[in-house]
Formats: sequence, C-alpha cells, structure tokens
Amino acid sequence: MSTPTKEAAEPASKIDMKESGGGGEVPSFDVTLQVRRYDPEFSDEARWDEWTVTMYGTDRVLDALHKVKWEIDGSLTFRRSCAHGVCGSDAMRINGRNRLACKVLLKDLDLSKPVLVEPIKGLPVEKDLIVDMEPFFQSYREIMPFMVNNSPAPTGERIQSPEERERFDDTTKCILCAACTSSCPVFWTDGQYFGPAAIVNAHRFIFDSRDDAGDMRLEVLNDKEGVWRCRTTFNCTDACPRGIEVTKAIQEVKRAVLSRSM
Amino acid sequence: MQVHKYDVVIVGAGGAGMRAAIESGQRAHTAVLTKLYPTRSHTGAAQGGMCAALANVEEDNWEWHTFDTVKGGDYLVDQDAAEVMAKEAIDAVLDLEKMGLPFNRTPEGKIDQRRFGGHTRDHGKAAVRRACYAADRTGHMILQTLYQNCVKHNVEFYNEYYVLDLLTVDEEVTREDGTTYMQKKTAGVVSYDLANGEIHVFQAKSVVFATGGLGKIFKTTSNAHTLTADGMALAYRAGIPLEDMEFVQFHPTGLAGLGILLSEAARGEGAILRNSEGERFMERYAPTIKDLAPRDIVARSMANEVREGRGAGPNKGYVLLDLTHLEPAHIDAKLPDITEFARTYLGVEPYTEPVPVFPTCHYAMGGVPTNVNAEVLQDNDTVVPGLYAAGEVACVSVHGSNRLGTNSLLDINVFGKRAGLAAAEYASTAEFVDIPENPTAFTENQLNAMRASTGGERTSTLRTELQETMDANMQVFRSEETIKEALAVIADLRLRYKNVQIQDKGKRFNLDLLEAVELGFLLDMAEVMTVAALHRKESRGGHYREDFPERDDENFMLHSMMYLDPESSTDGTNGIRADTKPVVFTRYEPMERKY
Ligand SMILES: Cc1cc2nc3c(=O)[nH]c(=O)nc-3n(C[C@H](O)[C@H](O)[C@H](O)COP(=O)(O)OP(=O)(O)OC[C@H]3O[C@@H](n4cnc5c(N)ncnc54)[C@H](O)[C@@H]3O)c2cc1C
Ligand code: SF4
Ligand code: FES
Repeated sequence: MSTPTKEAAEPASKIDMKESGGGGEVPSFDVTLQVRRYDPEFSDEARWDEWTVTMYGTDRVLDALHKVKWEIDGSLTFRRSCAHGVCGSDAMRINGRNRLACKVLLKDLDLSKPVLVEPIKGLPVEKDLIVDMEPFFQSYREIMPFMVNNSPAPTGERIQSPEERERFDDTTKCILCAACTSSCPVFWTDGQYFGPAAIVNAHRFIFDSRDDAGDMRLEVLNDKEGVWRCRTTFNCTDACPRGIEVTKAIQEVKRAVLSRSM
Repeated sequence: MQVHKYDVVIVGAGGAGMRAAIESGQRAHTAVLTKLYPTRSHTGAAQGGMCAALANVEEDNWEWHTFDTVKGGDYLVDQDAAEVMAKEAIDAVLDLEKMGLPFNRTPEGKIDQRRFGGHTRDHGKAAVRRACYAADRTGHMILQTLYQNCVKHNVEFYNEYYVLDLLTVDEEVTREDGTTYMQKKTAGVVSYDLANGEIHVFQAKSVVFATGGLGKIFKTTSNAHTLTADGMALAYRAGIPLEDMEFVQFHPTGLAGLGILLSEAARGEGAILRNSEGERFMERYAPTIKDLAPRDIVARSMANEVREGRGAGPNKGYVLLDLTHLEPAHIDAKLPDITEFARTYLGVEPYTEPVPVFPTCHYAMGGVPTNVNAEVLQDNDTVVPGLYAAGEVACVSVHGSNRLGTNSLLDINVFGKRAGLAAAEYASTAEFVDIPENPTAFTENQLNAMRASTGGERTSTLRTELQETMDANMQVFRSEETIKEALAVIADLRLRYKNVQIQDKGKRFNLDLLEAVELGFLLDMAEVMTVAALHRKESRGGHYREDFPERDDENFMLHSMMYLDPESSTDGTNGIRADTKPVVFTRYEPMERKY
C-alpha cells in the first residue's frame, strides 16, 4: 500500500479528498483554570486563583494561561517561548502531573472539573509558575555536559558509524525542561540528588563513541548524591515531554558504573 | 543602578550569540546577556539542516553553493559575503562535529547529507544533497552543542537579562576633504534584570547583537513568542539604519491556523503538496523542481491556489501536505518530530492523512547592516567601531530577498564565529568609551511611564490588531493599497501604544511590563518594514507586489536602507528616511530566476 508511487500513478495516494475537507465550525468550550499563585513581594502566602475562559478546538493549556494573562489578569506569571514543545520553558504541574503547558491539549483533559496548574516541585518558587532553575542547571554542569576527546583532531569529521550514533540518540533529545527532575520523589525530599535530567545528559556523552571522559562522569555519578539515589519510580519517564526513556538511561548508567568500577 | 565592565558584551544566546561567545570567551573578558535561558532560544526549533558542500554523498563544491545562495536570493545577495559563507560552511560544520554535535551518519561513518530546496548541483542542473542534519532536530542539536561548549569554556551568562538600550556616543570626524560627519562609537548597553526589575549598565568595548528575528510582527508565524525584533529596534533607535526590512520569508508549510513549522525536510524526503482536487499543483508553478522550489515561490503558489478557490478545509483556507506514500519507517527515521507536531497539534496522522498547511512568517532576511566581519554599519560603508551583529538580527547580506533553507543555521555559525573573533580582537587594543551621562534615563522613564499609565489600552489587544493587519496586508501578496492600509493601522496603534496600561505593578518577574516593551519594538519594526515595502515598487524574492509583479533590476537592484529621522517625511510616513545601498557583484550576472 505504501510503496512509493510514480508521478502519473499518484492517485491521491491514501487521501480521501472529501474527508480531508473537514467541515463545520471549530468547537468552543469553557475551561476553568485553578492556578497556584505566589508573589513574595506582596504576600508570603501562596493562594489559588480561579478563572473560567472560553477556548477553541486545538487550544492548549498555554493558550488558556495566555488568555487569562492577556485578557483578565496581567500579573499571572509563567515562562514560555516556542509554544510547541521544543524550548523547555513551560514545564508545570497540570492536574498533578509534570507537563509542558504548550503540549497539553485542553480537549484531552477532563474539563468537567477545574484544571489545576501549579509550579513544578522541588525547586524554589519565585513567582506563580516560575521556579528558580539555578540548582537544576548546577547539577547539569557538574556531570561535564560537553564532549571531551583527547586524540588529535582529524582534518575532516570524526568517524562514527550509524549504529554508534544510534546508541545515544534517545538522550540527545533532552531540552532541559526539568519536568523529570521535578517529578522525582527522591529529588523532592533530598535537594542534593543530581536528578534524572543530569543523568540523562551524562548518558548522552558516556555512550557517545567519540567521548573520552566517560570514566570521569561515572565517578561523579557514583557519588552518594548520584545514580544510586534513583529508586526507579518511573515518574521521570512519564513526565518527559520528549519521550526519552529516562529510567532506562539511568539504569544503563548504573550498569556502566558497575562494569567500569569493578 | 549597577555598573559592570566587560571587554565584550554579547546580547543574545541563540546559535549566533553562543558561537560568538565560544570565540570571544576564550580571548577576552566576555559576558552574554540574554532574555531567555540560552537553551530556550529559538535556534533550538530549527529542524531541517545546515548546509555545507562537504561532498560526503555526492559531488559538490562551495562555488555551486554560492551560486544557489545568490540565485535563491533573487540576486539581491552581496556576492562577496555569500562566497565567504559558502567557503567557511565546511569548517563551520566540522567545528560543530568536533564540539560533539551528533550529526546523522552515512554507512561509512561520515556526516550524512540530504536535499533541501534551492540547493543544486552545477548551477541548477539537479537537486544536490548538501544539508547536514541530525534527524529533524538540527537546530536543537546546534543549540545544545554550543551551550555545552559554553559550559566547557566557562562563559559568563546573565540569564533573563533584557537589553533595553544600546549606548553609543557621536563624535564629529573631519574627512580629508574638510567635510565632517558624525561617527558613532559603542559605549555599552542598558539591561533589565527580570528577576528583580533592577537596571544594570554594561560598559563594553565591543557589543555583539545576536537577538534573532521578528516573527511576532505577524499572527501566523513559526517564531517563538519572544521573537519581537528587539535588536533591530534597539539599533534603529540608536541611529543605525536597517537594511532590506521589506523581505520576510513566509515558509510554505506551517500547520494551518497555528503557524508551527513542518520542515522543508518533509518535501526533501518526498512529501508532496496538493490542492483540494488532489492535484500536485507545484508541477504548474515550478515544472523542474516542483515541491522543492524556493520558499517564496512555493508559498505564493499555495496562497494562489487558495485564492483561486482550490484550497482544502472548511473555509478552503489551506493546502495539503501529503506524506502518505512514504514508508512509515522512513518517516519515523527522518521526520520524527514534525510528524509528532501534526499529531499533537492538529490530531492528524501523517502516515495515512494529509496535513493541512499554509504559509507562516518564518525569517527576516533584513536587519542590522554589517560587513563580512560582522561589523555594524552606520551608513552604506562607515563602520561603528566596537559594534557587531550576527544571526537573524543582522543583514550581511547573504540571503538577499529570499533565504535558502539551511542557510541560516549556517549563517549563525559562520558570522557568529566571525563576530566573536572580531569583537575580541577589537577589544584587545581599543579603549573603553565613556558611558554617556544618565545612561539609564531613557529606559527608566519608559518603564516608569508604563508602570504609572492609566491609559487603559491592553498590550495584547494592540498586538493582536498589529498581527492581524500584517497577516492581511503584508503577507505573500502586497500592493500599494494593502501596504497603505497596514501603515494606517500601525500609525493608529502607535498612538494608542502611548496609553498602554499594565496590571502587574511588581518588581519581580514582571513579564506584563516586558511584553509591553516588546510591543514597542514590534510596532517600530512593523512600520519600518511596511515603509520599505511601499518603496520597493517591484517583486523580488519574498516581497511580491501585485501592482508591480516583475523584478525591476534597472530601478531596484539595490538594498533598501531605512533610517530613523525625525526630520524626514517620505510618502506620508513621518520620521523614516528611505535610502539605498548598492549590491555587491563578483561572479554572477542577474538572470531570471526559474526552477
Ligand atoms: C521553526 C524553525 C525552523 C527553522 N529551521 C531551520 C533550518 O532547518 N535550517 C536553517 O538554516 N534555519 C532554520 N531556521 C532559521 C534559524 O533557526 C534561525 O534563523 C536562527 O536559529 C536564528 O538564530 P539567532 O542566534 O540569530 O537567534 P535566536 O536563536 O532566536 O536567539 C536569539 C537570542 O537573543 C536573545 N534576545 C532577544 N532579545 C533580547 C533582548 N532584548 N535582550 C537580551 N537578549 C535578547 C534571546 O534570549 C535569544 O537567546 C528555522 C527557524 C524556525 C523558526
Ligand atoms: S529528560 Fe525529558 S523531562 Fe528531563 S529535562 Fe530532559 S526533556 Fe525534560
Ligand atoms: S513554550 Fe517552549 S516548550 Fe513550551
């Protein structure tokens, strides 16, 4: 069915023209948002605010937050940039789960109840949905997130087979959104743990055939705050908006620590 | 007010800013000021690839690449600059590979390459595989790799610092013939710390602008919410002209209604555009390379299909991108992210269903004029010592009137590197220029007025009106009538902008305030763009005038240069002086652009 077709034999491939016409109006619906608010400039207490807004078809949680900010309460504060899940700005807890607000379609949520929106957990809240990302990036920096190659550079590229390249493909997708790290119960209770994102980024280099610093990174991760804190709860894998198998990556790093240090 | 002193200050931490920082940071005391965390920059959204004539999979060379760049830009490209870029492309890709970028590989383990619109072998004979890529996440990998290397080299970042003013001083200089002119010199920048609302002055010998594009002038755009033309507006307000601002690229395949980009790589891998009748309409518009014709041609062809009633969808408002004849496994391997966008945001399954697409505002060809060393020009040839620009904010000009796909990721690397090197080199011998008196007055007055305003206008209302008028009047089809309509709306919005009122009165993370400031940048740049479009009475590349449908080399083979000038009044627009600048030719005579 899906064999490539020649020019003349391209009869609408698998497309049914009538169907792709679609039709009718874009459906609208009401959404109630409950957002955890906090601004220490005005009060030490956090509070919940609630708004009901009319949204359309393919709108996402980010669109609803924008609607509130732009039309009702300009002080509602959150980070965002790309609006399509590639920049990692808007990780937040939506109905208790870590998600990117720009990737959650409203129509996929149970709208008979208010949609609960809170900042991600485990990092200090600065204002409303904005948290201090510095501790997160600090852990990232500690695992040496850059390629180290001690052999003299060739004139052309370093050779790497497609299989070697594939070995670490999954963990190259990370956008440093912190959804995984801030969903981890160990990270919540123990601020010292590197957290899954740092381990994911270590994995990206440890399994890159061109890198020479794997042992140094494994040493860092073998530390008491390192990989051994992970209790394999899979929250991180569930949270990752890039579909990275975070727990699997952590397991692979654990195994690498064992095989290299023994 | 806090004052900092650095040899080099880089404004922006996307691909261009970080590539500059890697060079400058190793040579001079350097700070990078960025309104976003570096890894949030929109370079990360780029999908398809970065081109270089590596000739890893078939015969290719930099001269062919130069030609394609010049032709793709409809001959408005400065050919010396295009040549520099095409030559240095090869090292730019190899540099990134050595920094760790995980490019896709050939079976022999070399960097793999694929086809992309407008890139051809031997001056247009056939499509060539020139784009180096990492699945459809090339920009993400570039941004991550550059950030990783900034961490490696301990580059000093000031994250969530908005630069709101460029500080320059004017010095009278006497020419040999006794006449005089005002020479601008770079003193530093004024910045706003989002976390607490404090104002910082950064004194610097060299300032590099790398603030990216202006997509949010339009409603339908592939650009991030934060791409609000800041750098262009700041330079313009400081008296620097802007070059070729009428040229905006509308990318053919934005998700209909949303603007989110589906890379040209989809068509590179074989996807086909169809109208409501299922016809592969590009066969009519570009018989030779069809769906892989340059973006402006494809975008106009699509808009024309819709205008002539052959659009699909409930309002016949879009066309269809058909991938259904491709193997699902092939789609998964080569286009995983963009097919996921179609699923997530439109609920369309690209294996079996066509994806609704329509042109989306994508890229600014124009910007702050520079020479090939990334030095900013205050007129057609006078350099502003210590001021540099690179990336989408700049106009070198390597893209002319239409940028070829994969040439921007290349541009940010080649000219980002050049800017970093030049800025550090200049700082090694130059003296600091004294900061002008009351350096923060302009910024503080502006912010205080906004905080105090009770005018009752909302930022979002004005912004939406601006974006709607620009989509309606300044998109792929323009005419004197639509341009004047846009100008009238912009003039009205500028008046109402004085009454913008914000609701957040706090100091901490006051994005309400910053959105209002950004709207000011958008309005200024929309006006400049529109005035430039009015003056260019011809059609070329991304700028298409229905009242002047032909390219007119006799009168318009010239870059446009727009100056802020309160004294000037052109075509009823007060305050903008329109001028021109010659195009640099080296090897290629203008020919008709046929594909
Ligand atoms: C969806 C999409 C796909 C693309 N795909 C491709 C492709 O496949 N190939 C290709 O060649 N090109 C592609 N492009 C174009 C290319 O990605 C961009 O032109 C390029 O990445 C721009 O890089 P930059 O460094 O100039 O700006 P950006 O990456 O946008 O960075 C701008 C930086 O400036 C900072 N900044 C802005 N204003 C201020 C301020 N006032 N104060 C302080 N900091 C500020 C921001 O924080 C940010 O760090 C694509 C573009 C888009 C939108
Ligand atoms: S691993 Fe996934 S969830 Fe964690 S930071 Fe990276 S992208 Fe975000
Ligand atoms: S806004 Fe960029 S990931 Fe959501």
